[in-house]
Amino acid sequence: MIEVKNLYKKFGQNEVLKGLNLDISNKGIFTILGPNGSGKTTLIKSILGMVIPDSGDIIINGENVKKQWDYRLNIDYMPQIANFPSNLTVNELFDMIIDLRIEEKRKDELIKLFGLSEFLTKKLGTLSGGTNQKVNIVLSFMFDSPIIILDEPTTGLDPVSLIRLKDLITSEKEKGKTILITTHIMDFVEQISDQIVFILEGVIYFRGTVNELKEKTNQENIERAIASILTDTYA
Amino acid sequence: MLKILKYSFYDLIRSRWSYVYLAFYLLLGSVLLFLNNDLSKAVITLMNVIVVLTPLIGTIFGIMYYYSSREFTELLLAQPIRRSNIFLGQYLGVALSLSASLIIGLGIPFIAYGIFYSGAIWDYLTLLITATFLTLIFTALAFNIAISTENRIKGFGYAILLWLFMAVIYDGLFLLGLIMFSEYPLENFSLFATMLNPIDLSRILILLKLDISALMGYTGAVFQKFFGTNRGLIISFSVLIIWTVLPIWRIIYKSNRKDF
Repeated sequence: MIEVKNLYKKFGQNEVLKGLNLDISNKGIFTILGPNGSGKTTLIKSILGMVIPDSGDIIINGENVKKQWDYRLNIDYMPQIANFPSNLTVNELFDMIIDLRIEEKRKDELIKLFGLSEFLTKKLGTLSGGTNQKVNIVLSFMFDSPIIILDEPTTGLDPVSLIRLKDLITSEKEKGKTILITTHIMDFVEQISDQIVFILEGVIYFRGTVNELKEKTNQENIERAIASILTDTYA
Repeated sequence: MLKILKYSFYDLIRSRWSYVYLAFYLLLGSVLLFLNNDLSKAVITLMNVIVVLTPLIGTIFGIMYYYSSREFTELLLAQPIRRSNIFLGQYLGVALSLSASLIIGLGIPFIAYGIFYSGAIWDYLTLLITATFLTLIFTALAFNIAISTENRIKGFGYAILLWLFMAVIYDGLFLLGLIMFSEYPLENFSLFATMLNPIDLSRILILLKLDISALMGYTGAVFQKFFGTNRGLIISFSVLIIWTVLPIWRIIYKSNRKDF
Protein backbone atom coordinates (compact mmCIF):
# COMPACT_ATOMS: atom_id res chain seq x y z
CA MET A 1 0.00 0.00 0.00
CA ILE A 2 2.66 2.49 1.07
CA GLU A 3 6.18 2.00 -0.17
CA VAL A 4 8.96 4.44 0.63
CA LYS A 5 12.26 3.91 -1.18
CA ASN A 6 15.55 5.53 -0.29
CA LEU A 7 14.09 8.84 0.82
CA TYR A 8 16.44 11.78 1.39
CA LYS A 9 15.49 15.22 2.64
CA LYS A 10 17.60 18.12 3.82
CA PHE A 11 16.37 21.36 5.34
CA GLY A 12 19.27 23.74 4.84
CA GLN A 13 22.25 22.10 6.53
CA ASN A 14 20.06 19.75 8.51
CA GLU A 15 19.77 16.34 6.90
CA VAL A 16 16.53 14.90 8.28
CA LEU A 17 15.87 11.81 6.20
CA LYS A 18 18.91 9.80 5.16
CA GLY A 19 17.84 7.09 2.78
CA LEU A 20 14.74 5.93 4.60
CA ASN A 21 13.06 2.73 3.40
CA LEU A 22 9.65 1.63 4.57
CA ASP A 23 7.23 -0.88 3.16
CA ILE A 24 3.76 -1.08 4.62
CA SER A 25 1.84 -3.63 2.63
CA ASN A 26 -0.45 -5.01 5.32
CA LYS A 27 -3.37 -3.47 7.17
CA GLY A 28 -3.35 -2.40 10.79
CA ILE A 29 -2.11 0.32 13.09
CA PHE A 30 1.49 1.46 12.73
CA THR A 31 2.85 3.86 15.30
CA ILE A 32 5.78 5.91 14.14
CA LEU A 33 8.07 6.66 17.07
CA GLY A 34 11.33 8.48 17.44
CA PRO A 35 12.94 11.33 19.37
CA ASN A 36 12.21 14.95 18.50
CA GLY A 37 13.69 15.86 15.16
CA SER A 38 14.13 12.27 14.02
CA GLY A 39 12.06 12.85 10.89
CA LYS A 40 8.62 11.47 11.80
CA THR A 41 6.66 14.47 10.63
CA THR A 42 8.92 14.92 7.61
CA LEU A 43 8.21 11.32 6.58
CA ILE A 44 4.45 11.81 6.97
CA LYS A 45 4.49 15.09 5.12
CA SER A 46 6.53 13.55 2.31
CA ILE A 47 3.92 10.83 1.95
CA LEU A 48 1.25 13.51 1.73
CA GLY A 49 3.25 15.58 -0.74
CA MET A 50 3.53 18.56 1.59
CA VAL A 51 7.29 18.17 1.83
CA ILE A 52 9.09 17.57 -1.44
CA PRO A 53 11.89 15.00 -0.98
CA ASP A 54 15.37 15.64 -2.41
CA SER A 55 15.50 12.12 -3.78
CA GLY A 56 13.79 8.77 -3.40
CA ASP A 57 10.36 7.46 -4.32
CA ILE A 58 7.05 7.12 -2.56
CA ILE A 59 4.63 4.66 -4.06
CA ILE A 60 1.05 4.49 -2.87
CA ASN A 61 -1.23 1.77 -4.23
CA GLY A 62 1.27 1.15 -7.02
CA GLU A 63 1.47 4.78 -8.12
CA ASN A 64 4.48 7.05 -7.70
CA VAL A 65 3.19 10.17 -5.99
CA LYS A 66 5.76 12.62 -7.31
CA LYS A 67 3.94 15.72 -8.61
CA GLN A 68 0.62 13.93 -8.27
CA TRP A 69 -2.32 15.15 -6.20
CA ASP A 70 -5.33 12.93 -6.78
CA TYR A 71 -3.88 10.03 -4.76
CA ARG A 72 -4.65 12.08 -1.65
CA LEU A 73 -8.29 11.15 -2.17
CA ASN A 74 -7.32 7.82 -0.59
CA ILE A 75 -5.72 9.39 2.49
CA ASP A 76 -7.30 10.95 5.56
CA TYR A 77 -4.81 13.17 7.36
CA MET A 78 -5.04 14.80 10.73
CA PRO A 79 -2.41 17.51 11.25
CA GLN A 80 -0.64 18.18 14.52
CA ILE A 81 -1.90 21.71 15.09
CA ALA A 82 -5.42 22.55 14.06
CA ASN A 83 -5.75 26.21 13.25
CA PHE A 84 -8.75 26.97 11.10
CA PRO A 85 -9.91 30.24 9.52
CA SER A 86 -11.46 32.13 12.40
CA ASN A 87 -14.28 33.73 10.41
CA LEU A 88 -15.86 30.45 9.32
CA THR A 89 -18.28 28.44 11.43
CA VAL A 90 -17.71 24.75 12.11
CA ASN A 91 -20.44 23.79 9.67
CA GLU A 92 -19.01 25.96 6.92
CA LEU A 93 -15.59 24.40 7.39
CA PHE A 94 -17.06 20.90 7.12
CA ASP A 95 -19.03 21.88 4.04
CA MET A 96 -15.95 23.39 2.46
CA ILE A 97 -13.77 20.32 2.89
CA ILE A 98 -16.65 18.07 1.81
CA ASP A 99 -17.02 20.30 -1.23
CA LEU A 100 -13.34 19.71 -2.08
CA ARG A 101 -13.53 15.94 -1.79
CA ILE A 102 -16.23 13.72 -3.19
CA GLU A 103 -18.63 13.10 -0.33
CA GLU A 104 -18.57 12.55 3.39
CA LYS A 105 -19.65 9.18 4.67
CA ARG A 106 -20.44 9.76 8.33
CA LYS A 107 -20.13 13.34 9.43
CA ASP A 108 -23.24 13.32 11.63
CA GLU A 109 -22.26 10.13 13.40
CA LEU A 110 -18.85 11.62 14.32
CA ILE A 111 -20.29 14.95 15.35
CA LYS A 112 -22.54 13.12 17.79
CA LEU A 113 -19.70 10.91 19.03
CA PHE A 114 -17.53 13.88 19.97
CA GLY A 115 -20.41 16.08 21.19
CA LEU A 116 -19.89 18.82 18.64
CA SER A 117 -23.55 19.48 17.78
CA GLU A 118 -23.79 22.61 19.90
CA PHE A 119 -20.69 24.12 18.29
CA LEU A 120 -21.74 23.72 14.67
CA THR A 121 -22.89 27.30 14.20
CA LYS A 122 -20.08 28.83 16.27
CA LYS A 123 -17.16 30.53 14.60
CA LEU A 124 -13.94 28.54 14.69
CA GLY A 125 -12.02 31.42 16.22
CA THR A 126 -14.11 31.24 19.39
CA LEU A 127 -13.57 27.52 20.10
CA SER A 128 -11.21 26.14 22.75
CA GLY A 129 -8.10 24.16 21.85
CA GLY A 130 -9.68 20.82 22.71
CA THR A 131 -12.85 21.56 20.73
CA ASN A 132 -10.71 22.58 17.77
CA GLN A 133 -8.95 19.24 18.04
CA LYS A 134 -12.31 17.45 17.98
CA VAL A 135 -13.28 19.35 14.85
CA ASN A 136 -9.94 18.22 13.47
CA ILE A 137 -10.77 14.59 14.29
CA VAL A 138 -14.21 14.72 12.67
CA LEU A 139 -12.72 16.41 9.63
CA SER A 140 -10.11 13.73 9.17
CA PHE A 141 -12.28 10.68 9.81
CA MET A 142 -15.43 11.57 7.92
CA PHE A 143 -14.29 10.49 4.47
CA ASP A 144 -13.67 6.85 5.32
CA SER A 145 -10.51 6.58 3.20
CA PRO A 146 -8.43 3.37 3.17
CA ILE A 147 -5.32 5.10 4.57
CA ILE A 148 -5.42 7.25 7.71
CA ILE A 149 -2.49 9.35 8.94
CA LEU A 150 -2.69 10.94 12.39
CA ASP A 151 0.00 13.33 13.62
CA GLU A 152 -0.12 13.57 17.44
CA PRO A 153 -3.89 13.00 17.59
CA THR A 154 -4.15 13.02 21.39
CA THR A 155 -3.05 16.63 21.95
CA GLY A 156 -5.51 18.62 24.07
CA LEU A 157 -8.17 15.92 24.38
CA ASP A 158 -10.04 15.21 27.61
CA PRO A 159 -10.07 11.58 28.88
CA VAL A 160 -13.54 10.82 27.53
CA SER A 161 -12.70 12.02 24.05
CA LEU A 162 -9.40 10.19 24.24
CA ILE A 163 -11.20 6.90 24.89
CA ARG A 164 -13.61 7.62 22.04
CA LEU A 165 -10.71 8.37 19.73
CA LYS A 166 -9.05 5.08 20.68
CA ASP A 167 -12.28 3.17 20.01
CA LEU A 168 -12.66 4.97 16.73
CA ILE A 169 -9.13 4.07 15.65
CA THR A 170 -9.65 0.44 16.65
CA SER A 171 -12.90 0.19 14.72
CA GLU A 172 -11.23 1.69 11.66
CA LYS A 173 -8.57 -0.96 11.90
CA GLU A 174 -11.22 -3.66 11.97
CA LYS A 175 -12.59 -2.31 8.72
CA GLY A 176 -9.23 -3.23 7.21
CA LYS A 177 -7.59 0.18 6.94
CA THR A 178 -3.94 1.13 7.17
CA ILE A 179 -3.40 3.65 9.95
CA LEU A 180 -0.17 5.56 10.65
CA ILE A 181 0.08 7.43 13.94
CA THR A 182 2.84 9.51 15.48
CA THR A 183 2.68 10.10 19.19
CA HIS A 184 4.79 10.54 22.29
CA ILE A 185 2.27 8.92 24.63
CA MET A 186 3.59 5.42 25.30
CA ASP A 187 0.42 4.05 26.93
CA PHE A 188 -1.41 4.91 23.77
CA VAL A 189 1.24 3.11 21.69
CA GLU A 190 1.09 0.01 23.84
CA GLN A 191 -2.69 -0.18 23.71
CA ILE A 192 -3.33 0.29 20.04
CA SER A 193 -0.32 -0.43 17.88
CA ASP A 194 0.12 -3.57 15.82
CA GLN A 195 3.57 -2.54 14.81
CA ILE A 196 6.08 0.05 15.89
CA VAL A 197 8.22 1.85 13.35
CA PHE A 198 11.09 3.48 15.20
CA ILE A 199 12.89 6.23 13.33
CA LEU A 200 16.29 7.33 14.49
CA GLU A 201 18.51 9.86 12.74
CA GLY A 202 16.61 9.69 9.49
CA VAL A 203 16.44 5.93 8.97
CA ILE A 204 14.25 3.15 10.33
CA TYR A 205 16.05 1.76 13.35
CA PHE A 206 13.53 -0.83 14.41
CA ARG A 207 10.32 -2.27 13.11
CA GLY A 208 8.19 -4.86 14.87
CA THR A 209 5.58 -5.43 17.53
CA VAL A 210 5.64 -3.97 21.03
CA ASN A 211 6.72 -7.35 22.43
CA GLU A 212 9.54 -7.70 19.95
CA LEU A 213 10.79 -4.30 20.98
CA LYS A 214 10.72 -5.29 24.64
CA GLU A 215 12.54 -8.53 23.90
CA LYS A 216 15.16 -6.86 21.81
CA THR A 217 15.97 -4.34 24.50
CA ASN A 218 15.43 -6.65 27.47
CA GLN A 219 13.01 -4.28 29.10
CA GLU A 220 9.63 -4.89 30.71
CA ASN A 221 8.13 -1.60 29.84
CA ILE A 222 7.92 0.16 26.49
CA GLU A 223 8.97 3.54 27.80
CA ARG A 224 12.17 2.03 29.16
CA ALA A 225 12.66 0.01 25.99
CA ILE A 226 12.66 3.19 23.94
CA ALA A 227 14.82 5.00 26.44
CA SER A 228 17.35 2.18 26.30
CA ILE A 229 17.58 2.44 22.51
CA LEU A 230 18.18 6.14 22.82
CA THR A 231 20.79 5.91 25.57
CA ASP A 232 22.60 3.14 23.67
CA THR A 233 22.83 5.16 20.52
CA TYR A 234 23.58 8.47 22.17
CA ALA A 235 26.25 6.98 24.47
CA MET B 1 -9.36 26.63 -7.68
CA LEU B 2 -12.77 28.25 -7.88
CA LYS B 3 -13.81 26.55 -4.66
CA ILE B 4 -10.80 27.87 -2.76
CA LEU B 5 -11.37 31.27 -4.31
CA LYS B 6 -15.00 31.19 -3.25
CA TYR B 7 -14.18 30.38 0.36
CA SER B 8 -11.29 32.84 0.66
CA PHE B 9 -13.51 35.50 -0.83
CA TYR B 10 -16.38 34.76 1.56
CA ASP B 11 -13.98 34.59 4.48
CA LEU B 12 -12.63 38.02 3.58
CA ILE B 13 -15.82 39.85 2.71
CA ARG B 14 -17.08 38.87 6.12
CA SER B 15 -14.12 40.36 7.92
CA ARG B 16 -14.51 43.80 9.42
CA TRP B 17 -11.55 45.24 7.53
CA SER B 18 -13.13 44.80 4.12
CA TYR B 19 -15.99 47.00 5.31
CA VAL B 20 -13.67 49.58 6.79
CA TYR B 21 -11.86 49.70 3.46
CA LEU B 22 -15.14 49.98 1.56
CA ALA B 23 -16.46 52.66 3.92
CA PHE B 24 -13.23 54.60 3.48
CA TYR B 25 -13.64 54.76 -0.29
CA LEU B 26 -17.32 55.61 0.03
CA LEU B 27 -16.44 58.50 2.28
CA LEU B 28 -13.48 59.62 0.19
CA GLY B 29 -15.49 59.54 -3.03
CA SER B 30 -18.43 61.41 -1.53
CA VAL B 31 -16.33 64.07 0.17
CA LEU B 32 -14.23 64.71 -2.94
CA LEU B 33 -17.28 65.07 -5.12
CA PHE B 34 -18.89 67.36 -2.59
CA LEU B 35 -15.81 69.54 -2.20
CA ASN B 36 -14.75 69.69 -5.86
CA ASN B 37 -18.22 69.74 -7.31
CA ASP B 38 -16.59 68.59 -10.53
CA LEU B 39 -16.10 65.05 -11.74
CA SER B 40 -12.78 65.52 -13.52
CA LYS B 41 -11.20 67.28 -10.59
CA ALA B 42 -12.46 64.61 -8.22
CA VAL B 43 -10.90 61.97 -10.46
CA ILE B 44 -7.52 63.73 -10.34
CA THR B 45 -7.56 64.11 -6.57
CA LEU B 46 -8.66 60.48 -6.20
CA MET B 47 -5.81 59.38 -8.42
CA ASN B 48 -3.27 60.90 -6.09
CA VAL B 49 -4.75 59.02 -3.17
CA ILE B 50 -5.34 55.76 -4.99
CA VAL B 51 -1.93 55.23 -6.57
CA VAL B 52 -0.41 55.27 -3.09
CA LEU B 53 -3.17 53.70 -1.03
CA THR B 54 -4.22 50.66 -3.10
CA PRO B 55 -0.65 49.28 -3.21
CA LEU B 56 -0.35 49.74 0.56
CA ILE B 57 -3.63 47.99 1.33
CA GLY B 58 -2.95 45.24 -1.23
CA THR B 59 0.46 44.60 0.30
CA ILE B 60 -0.75 44.53 3.89
CA PHE B 61 -3.86 42.42 3.26
CA GLY B 62 -1.92 40.03 1.04
CA ILE B 63 0.83 39.41 3.53
CA MET B 64 -1.55 39.19 6.50
CA TYR B 65 -3.90 36.79 4.78
CA TYR B 66 -1.12 34.47 3.70
CA TYR B 67 0.42 34.27 7.15
CA SER B 68 -2.83 34.01 9.06
CA SER B 69 -4.10 31.17 6.89
CA ARG B 70 -0.87 29.18 6.94
CA GLU B 71 -2.12 26.33 9.10
CA PHE B 72 -5.31 26.14 7.10
CA THR B 73 -3.24 26.02 3.94
CA GLU B 74 -1.52 22.97 5.38
CA LEU B 75 -4.88 21.33 5.85
CA LEU B 76 -5.77 22.09 2.24
CA LEU B 77 -2.43 20.74 1.04
CA ALA B 78 -3.37 17.34 2.42
CA GLN B 79 -6.57 17.34 0.38
CA PRO B 80 -6.77 16.09 -3.18
CA ILE B 81 -6.22 19.51 -4.76
CA ARG B 82 -3.44 20.76 -6.98
CA ARG B 83 -1.02 22.98 -5.08
CA SER B 84 -1.09 25.86 -7.50
CA ASN B 85 -4.89 25.95 -7.23
CA ILE B 86 -4.73 26.50 -3.49
CA PHE B 87 -2.41 29.47 -3.73
CA LEU B 88 -4.00 31.00 -6.80
CA GLY B 89 -7.40 30.62 -5.16
CA GLN B 90 -6.26 32.36 -2.00
CA TYR B 91 -4.49 35.09 -3.93
CA LEU B 92 -7.49 35.80 -6.11
CA GLY B 93 -9.74 35.71 -3.04
CA VAL B 94 -7.74 38.53 -1.44
CA ALA B 95 -7.17 40.53 -4.60
CA LEU B 96 -10.76 40.31 -5.80
CA SER B 97 -12.34 41.13 -2.45
CA LEU B 98 -10.11 44.21 -2.17
CA SER B 99 -10.99 45.19 -5.72
CA ALA B 100 -14.67 44.70 -4.91
CA SER B 101 -14.41 47.05 -1.91
CA LEU B 102 -12.66 49.59 -4.11
CA ILE B 103 -15.08 49.39 -7.03
CA ILE B 104 -18.21 49.41 -4.88
CA GLY B 105 -16.87 52.10 -2.54
CA LEU B 106 -15.96 54.45 -5.37
CA GLY B 107 -18.80 53.33 -7.60
CA ILE B 108 -21.72 54.35 -5.41
CA PRO B 109 -20.89 58.06 -4.93
CA PHE B 110 -19.88 58.55 -8.56
CA ILE B 111 -22.97 56.82 -9.91
CA ALA B 112 -25.12 58.85 -7.54
CA TYR B 113 -23.41 61.98 -8.85
CA GLY B 114 -24.23 61.01 -12.40
CA ILE B 115 -20.97 59.70 -13.85
CA PHE B 116 -22.87 57.85 -16.58
CA TYR B 117 -24.17 61.11 -18.05
CA SER B 118 -20.85 62.85 -17.95
CA GLY B 119 -17.93 63.06 -20.33
CA ALA B 120 -15.57 61.96 -17.59
CA ILE B 121 -16.83 58.39 -17.63
CA TRP B 122 -13.78 57.01 -19.47
CA ASP B 123 -11.37 58.88 -17.23
CA TYR B 124 -13.18 57.48 -14.25
CA LEU B 125 -13.12 53.94 -15.64
CA THR B 126 -9.39 54.25 -16.37
CA LEU B 127 -8.91 55.20 -12.75
CA LEU B 128 -10.86 52.17 -11.51
CA ILE B 129 -9.08 49.76 -13.87
CA THR B 130 -5.68 51.11 -12.89
CA ALA B 131 -6.54 50.86 -9.20
CA THR B 132 -7.66 47.26 -9.71
CA PHE B 133 -4.38 46.51 -11.49
CA LEU B 134 -2.42 48.01 -8.61
CA THR B 135 -4.37 45.85 -6.16
CA LEU B 136 -3.69 42.72 -8.23
CA ILE B 137 0.00 43.57 -8.61
CA PHE B 138 0.75 44.44 -5.02
CA THR B 139 -1.25 41.57 -3.54
CA ALA B 140 0.71 39.23 -5.81
CA LEU B 141 4.00 40.82 -4.75
CA ALA B 142 2.99 40.44 -1.10
CA PHE B 143 2.18 36.76 -1.66
CA ASN B 144 5.58 36.35 -3.27
CA ILE B 145 7.31 37.83 -0.25
CA ALA B 146 5.22 35.71 2.13
CA ILE B 147 5.92 32.45 0.25
CA SER B 148 9.66 33.12 0.30
CA THR B 149 9.85 34.32 3.91
CA GLU B 150 9.06 31.96 6.77
CA ASN B 151 9.45 34.56 9.49
CA ARG B 152 6.26 36.63 9.70
CA ILE B 153 7.83 39.72 11.20
CA LYS B 154 10.53 39.77 8.52
CA GLY B 155 7.97 39.13 5.80
CA PHE B 156 5.83 41.99 7.03
CA GLY B 157 8.88 44.24 7.15
CA TYR B 158 9.93 43.37 3.60
CA ALA B 159 6.41 43.99 2.35
CA ILE B 160 6.20 47.44 3.93
CA LEU B 161 9.68 48.25 2.63
CA LEU B 162 8.60 47.22 -0.87
CA TRP B 163 5.65 49.57 -0.70
CA LEU B 164 7.73 52.40 0.74
CA PHE B 165 10.31 51.90 -1.98
CA MET B 166 7.82 51.87 -4.83
CA ALA B 167 5.61 54.67 -3.52
CA VAL B 168 8.16 57.09 -2.08
CA ILE B 169 11.85 56.24 -2.35
CA TYR B 170 11.81 55.29 -6.03
CA ASP B 171 10.59 58.72 -7.07
CA GLY B 172 13.25 60.37 -4.95
CA LEU B 173 16.03 58.30 -6.46
CA PHE B 174 14.62 58.82 -9.92
CA LEU B 175 14.55 62.58 -9.48
CA LEU B 176 18.04 62.53 -8.04
CA GLY B 177 19.20 60.59 -11.11
CA LEU B 178 17.57 63.12 -13.42
CA ILE B 179 19.29 66.01 -11.68
CA MET B 180 22.69 64.39 -11.50
CA PHE B 181 22.71 63.39 -15.15
CA SER B 182 20.85 66.41 -16.48
CA GLU B 183 23.64 67.01 -19.03
CA TYR B 184 22.85 63.75 -20.80
CA PRO B 185 19.85 62.74 -22.89
CA LEU B 186 17.56 61.05 -20.39
CA GLU B 187 14.48 60.19 -22.40
CA ASN B 188 15.16 56.49 -22.75
CA PHE B 189 16.34 56.16 -19.19
CA SER B 190 13.23 57.80 -17.77
CA LEU B 191 10.90 55.74 -19.97
CA PHE B 192 12.57 52.60 -18.82
CA ALA B 193 12.68 53.66 -15.17
CA THR B 194 8.98 54.48 -15.18
CA MET B 195 8.07 51.06 -16.49
CA LEU B 196 9.96 49.45 -13.64
CA ASN B 197 7.60 50.94 -11.10
CA PRO B 198 3.89 50.10 -11.39
CA ILE B 199 2.89 53.06 -9.23
CA ASP B 200 4.62 55.59 -11.48
CA LEU B 201 3.31 53.81 -14.50
CA SER B 202 -0.26 53.99 -13.22
CA ARG B 203 0.05 57.66 -12.45
CA ILE B 204 1.26 58.39 -15.98
CA LEU B 205 -1.41 56.18 -17.47
CA ILE B 206 -4.16 58.12 -15.76
CA LEU B 207 -2.60 61.49 -16.58
CA LEU B 208 -2.24 60.48 -20.24
CA LYS B 209 -5.89 59.57 -20.29
CA LEU B 210 -6.90 62.81 -18.60
CA ASP B 211 -4.59 64.67 -20.99
CA ILE B 212 -3.48 67.23 -18.43
CA SER B 213 0.00 68.15 -19.53
CA ALA B 214 0.48 70.54 -16.61
CA LEU B 215 0.38 67.66 -14.14
CA MET B 216 2.31 65.21 -16.21
CA GLY B 217 5.81 66.10 -15.13
CA TYR B 218 8.92 65.17 -17.02
CA THR B 219 8.29 61.43 -17.50
CA GLY B 220 4.69 61.96 -18.47
CA ALA B 221 5.74 64.47 -21.10
CA VAL B 222 8.43 62.13 -22.39
CA PHE B 223 5.92 59.32 -22.51
CA GLN B 224 3.47 61.39 -24.49
CA LYS B 225 6.09 62.73 -26.86
CA PHE B 226 7.58 59.31 -27.42
CA PHE B 227 4.46 57.22 -27.84
CA GLY B 228 1.64 59.69 -28.36
CA THR B 229 -1.40 59.47 -26.14
CA ASN B 230 -2.99 56.32 -27.52
CA ARG B 231 0.11 54.26 -28.01
CA GLY B 232 1.27 55.45 -24.60
CA LEU B 233 -1.93 54.15 -23.07
CA ILE B 234 -1.68 50.78 -24.79
CA ILE B 235 1.96 50.35 -23.85
CA SER B 236 1.46 51.31 -20.23
CA PHE B 237 -1.51 48.94 -19.95
CA SER B 238 0.55 46.13 -21.46
CA VAL B 239 3.35 46.76 -18.99
CA LEU B 240 0.82 46.68 -16.12
CA ILE B 241 -0.38 43.30 -17.40
CA ILE B 242 3.20 42.02 -17.41
CA TRP B 243 3.57 43.38 -13.88
CA THR B 244 0.52 41.32 -12.88
CA VAL B 245 1.36 38.10 -14.70
CA LEU B 246 4.99 37.78 -13.60
CA PRO B 247 4.37 37.76 -9.82
CA ILE B 248 1.40 35.40 -10.25
CA TRP B 249 3.59 33.06 -12.27
CA ARG B 250 6.19 33.16 -9.50
CA ILE B 251 3.53 32.32 -6.89
CA ILE B 252 2.80 29.12 -8.83
CA TYR B 253 6.47 28.36 -9.42
CA LYS B 254 7.49 28.87 -5.79
CA SER B 255 4.50 27.13 -4.27
CA ASN B 256 5.18 23.98 -6.29
CA ARG B 257 8.66 23.71 -4.79
CA LYS B 258 8.01 24.71 -1.21
CA ASP B 259 7.98 22.44 1.85
CA PHE B 260 5.22 22.84 4.40
